[in-house]
Amino acid sequence: MNVLAFTTIIGLCSLGVGFLGALTGLGGGVVIVPLLALGFGVDIRYAIGASLVAVIATSSGAAAAYVKEGFSNIRIGMFLEMATTFGALVGASLATGVSTGVIAIIFGAVLIYSAYLSGRPQPEQQSEAPPDGWATFFKMEAAYPGSEGLISYSVHAIPAGFSLMFVAGILSGLLGIGSGAVKVLAMDHIMRVPFKVSTATSNFMIGVTAAASAGLYLNRGYIDPGLAMPVMLGVLLGSLAGARVLPGAKTGALRLVFALVILGLGIEMIYNGFTGRF
Amino acid sequence: MVRGMRAWSDAQVEQCIGTLLRTGVMIAAAVVLFGGCLYVIRYGGALPAYRVFHGEPADLRSVTGIVHAALAVKSRGLIQLGLLLLIATPILRVVFSVLAFALQRDVTYVVVSLIVLAVLSYSLSGGGL
Repeated sequence: MNVLAFTTIIGLCSLGVGFLGALTGLGGGVVIVPLLALGFGVDIRYAIGASLVAVIATSSGAAAAYVKEGFSNIRIGMFLEMATTFGALVGASLATGVSTGVIAIIFGAVLIYSAYLSGRPQPEQQSEAPPDGWATFFKMEAAYPGSEGLISYSVHAIPAGFSLMFVAGILSGLLGIGSGAVKVLAMDHIMRVPFKVSTATSNFMIGVTAAASAGLYLNRGYIDPGLAMPVMLGVLLGSLAGARVLPGAKTGALRLVFALVILGLGIEMIYNGFTGRF
Repeated sequence: MVRGMRAWSDAQVEQCIGTLLRTGVMIAAAVVLFGGCLYVIRYGGALPAYRVFHGEPADLRSVTGIVHAALAVKSRGLIQLGLLLLIATPILRVVFSVLAFALQRDVTYVVVSLIVLAVLSYSLSGGGL
């Protein structure tokens, strides 16, 4: 297979991954690394570099749509980015010292966890508890547009959420993914931010977090232009198309299939990590 | 103009940030696509070698190296320049936030944004932990 064929196939696969990722809301970034590493035998370090770049592209590309809906909260986002960017720097620094087999096993565990999360319903929980003192100091209370006007919300458990965000950052830097699932979990379940606000704010944060580790990956020579080019362009186009088709699409069954694919990839990553194929 | 900007609400700031990100990613994608076309034309018949990790050459790893390679119309340098622009987009977003919070006289969030910016700059300059 020459460069022309390789670029075309990788580009088309990335297009499909970006499309499905946006359509199912599961994000495509998490599938890129296993696709390249397991499907095309690409070294996991090159795969992580290319994936990071695609993650930044999707996050920035989708930002305009999220902003229009008015769900994102830049204060919560910026505050938590202190944790995620520092975590990403730690994760990316670890990536150069940890063996690729260990990275594959951690990656597999995160994939299985993402598949599990996506299978669960997302309840819209409101709480009556008084807001955290930190939340008041950092002015995180806000409101978002609901069906009957603005719905105001407060934020809770800032230290716990901040710590989990640090972990999300480490995973992002170590594995070259957006860690959207962990970010939403921290905001939605721990800080009890409304689900729509968590999702939109998480999308904002993913780009900044990935940029923090991408700088380091670029400097270490993990980002190969020949590989990153079709991945970035494919995922970006695919996700923009997916977001356009999304309203009105019935994604229940598709979501389940995609979750099963992620689960399968997770098991295969762990198996290959243990058998030393990486 | 300054008075108008002082009255900026969070919603307007976010609107601006959204446009900024979108524009940034489109410019980056265009540069990557241009470099990618050159790359495929020049090296389309070569064999890809990603199975074994070698790391990129020095001129594709640093900001100055990439700019030099791109100015010399090297295809891989141009793609890398596009990727660098892509990485710069969220960083620019944080810079923009510093200014927006400063105009809102929100000292706490100016400091928060500056901390995030410091981590990003440190990473891009190649510093690990």
